[in-house]
Amino acid sequence: MSNLLNSLLVMVLMLNLFALGTSRIASVIRTVAMQGALLGTLPLVLHGHLSSGALLIAALTVTLKGVVIPAMMNRALRDVKIKREVEPLIGFQSSVVFGALATVCALLFAGRLPLADAHAGTLVVPTAIATVLTGFILLITRFKALTQVMGYLVLENGIFIFGMLLVQAMPLVVELGVLLDLFVAIFVICIIVNHINQAFSSLDTRRLASLKE
Amino acid sequence: MAFLFIFFPVVMAALAVLIPSDRWRPWLLPAAGTLHAALTGAALARQAPLSPTAWLALDPLGKVILLVVSLLFLFCSYYAAGYLRNRGERPNRVFCVCLLAFLGIASLVAWSRHLGLLWVAIEGTTLVTAPLIFFNHTQRSIEATWKYMVVGSVGIALALLGTFFLAYAALHAGHEASLMVHNLVQHAPDLSKPWLHAAFVLLLVGYGTKMGLAPMHTWKPDAYGEAPGVVGAILAGGVTSCAFLALLRAYHLCVAAGESAYVSRLLLLMGLLSMAVASLFMVGQRDMKRMLAYSSVEHMGILVLGLGLGAPALFGTLLHVVNNGLTKGILFLSAGNIHRAFNSKSTEQVSGAMRRLPLSGTLFLVGFLAITGSPPFGPFISEFMILNGTFTTGRAAIGALFLILLLVVFIGMGATVLKIVQGRPSFAARSTPYRDSVLTGAPMLGLLALVVLIGVALPAPLAALLTDAVRYLEGRP
Repeated sequence: MSNLLNSLLVMVLMLNLFALGTSRIASVIRTVAMQGALLGTLPLVLHGHLSSGALLIAALTVTLKGVVIPAMMNRALRDVKIKREVEPLIGFQSSVVFGALATVCALLFAGRLPLADAHAGTLVVPTAIATVLTGFILLITRFKALTQVMGYLVLENGIFIFGMLLVQAMPLVVELGVLLDLFVAIFVICIIVNHINQAFSSLDTRRLASLKE
Repeated sequence: MAFLFIFFPVVMAALAVLIPSDRWRPWLLPAAGTLHAALTGAALARQAPLSPTAWLALDPLGKVILLVVSLLFLFCSYYAAGYLRNRGERPNRVFCVCLLAFLGIASLVAWSRHLGLLWVAIEGTTLVTAPLIFFNHTQRSIEATWKYMVVGSVGIALALLGTFFLAYAALHAGHEASLMVHNLVQHAPDLSKPWLHAAFVLLLVGYGTKMGLAPMHTWKPDAYGEAPGVVGAILAGGVTSCAFLALLRAYHLCVAAGESAYVSRLLLLMGLLSMAVASLFMVGQRDMKRMLAYSSVEHMGILVLGLGLGAPALFGTLLHVVNNGLTKGILFLSAGNIHRAFNSKSTEQVSGAMRRLPLSGTLFLVGFLAITGSPPFGPFISEFMILNGTFTTGRAAIGALFLILLLVVFIGMGATVLKIVQGRPSFAARSTPYRDSVLTGAPMLGLLALVVLIGVALPAPLAALLTDAVRYLEGRP
């Protein structure tokens, strides 16, 4: 069980690095979609028992993160007719190096955290921290609005991984609420992205600079 | 009862989708506001014992926030009906739907006794208010909405991580992982300290972003500056109060765990920093709505500072939540009227507001005096109580700094406000069609009456409600 779980988590970590290293926005969307779908199935692996509630959440998560959100993002991408991220604040290769460093730090840091015995042997907590950090790197260093949204999704994925340890605390209704919030947030963001593109003829968030002191 | 609070605004929102007429749709807002206020009155009067297993229950903290949101929405809803009549050129379906949905979600925030549900509801308030900021569809409002969504969502995501850490603190201590407020408070003394500390920092940063504490306040002047006045009032009085409730819950838990020294240091620091940053940016501010946004940053700082002082200042802090909500209503609504009449919100074009709009101009000035803590208005009482708290807890240096910052804000804000209200209106401003009307004027007078009432004679039911809330926070229910 633990082996299967850990190998899935290693895949999540590799997808993090891939999302950092690619300049094509479509590949970032695909990578994050794969990561999201993978994460949707993880609670089933982690807890072993299959209740109808757990299956429902897993199915909804996979559909939302693996199909619906990527479809919305791809549509937004088609509408705005851009393909690549401009040269980011730090280059793609350096981003990967930073991502790898963040992963190493997360692994070292998680080893020192006071974890419950059941969680000490798995990669759940370090993967969660590394994924949150990857999300932040994407959010801070990229300039295109769409890539920043992908950064937010990666950040959210990281938090989702940590939340898997706490299924008892998150009843079905709350889980559904979190998914609904995520869906509406991405929906609203896609509308704004479209308006940004129409009004500014660009998705470069550096153009959004008329409001300041 | 909880379901009634949450679902009737949602049903009204669905009705707003169906009504085709832009002229008649806005009247749903006052109807919802009035009904909600009546329900709130009934809920506050009821003395039901708190069920430990209920997800939705109204504890004393929830009651305070429900009261603020309901009162503010009541007055704003009448104003919104008048405002939308003046803005007949813009379709208002999304605006009405989002405002009504906000009322339902804010009620959910007040009723939640489950921290996960509370998080879902607070994220919900972000999502339904984003289209409100976007109402004017200008380039600047797109930029403001983008920043509001991105900064707000990332901040609130960190709050979710903090919420998970709280559950993990219980799990690590050998209890079942739970996010029910009742369970967490009961097990508070055993909670794993490192996880609790980390959780509090994340919750402070996350919900602090939503409140607009410095240095996470960057979205605030942009969003408040570009949003219509009535939306500014809802954001500054309603959304911030909802986020503050979440922070109160985290504070309550840490105090119950015996960690008040740790949280109070952090809260005092954030409070003073917010006040300092706000006062810096308020001096020489030319844009009146951005000025009000910084005033909101300042008052969020005051709230957090009051919380950091602990027991002696808690009553004043909770009273300040009410005062800040109501007074921000007066300021944003009058600023909205002035903006309409002058077609500008910059001191370069706006002057002579008292001549051009005798009612709104005067109320803007009076609102400024109230929010900066002049007697006989409510904020004077609550700020004085917080100041008193600094001295009774032996933190004279913080008290002195608090006074100095209040003075800097008074001078900085006063210079801008006087430029706006005094002088002669330009020719262009005299020829715009906007005039103060009953719908856009009376709600401000209603809010002012409440602020004066609190300042002159604190109503006994409100005092009892706040005393209950303080007792609840200190763990002596």
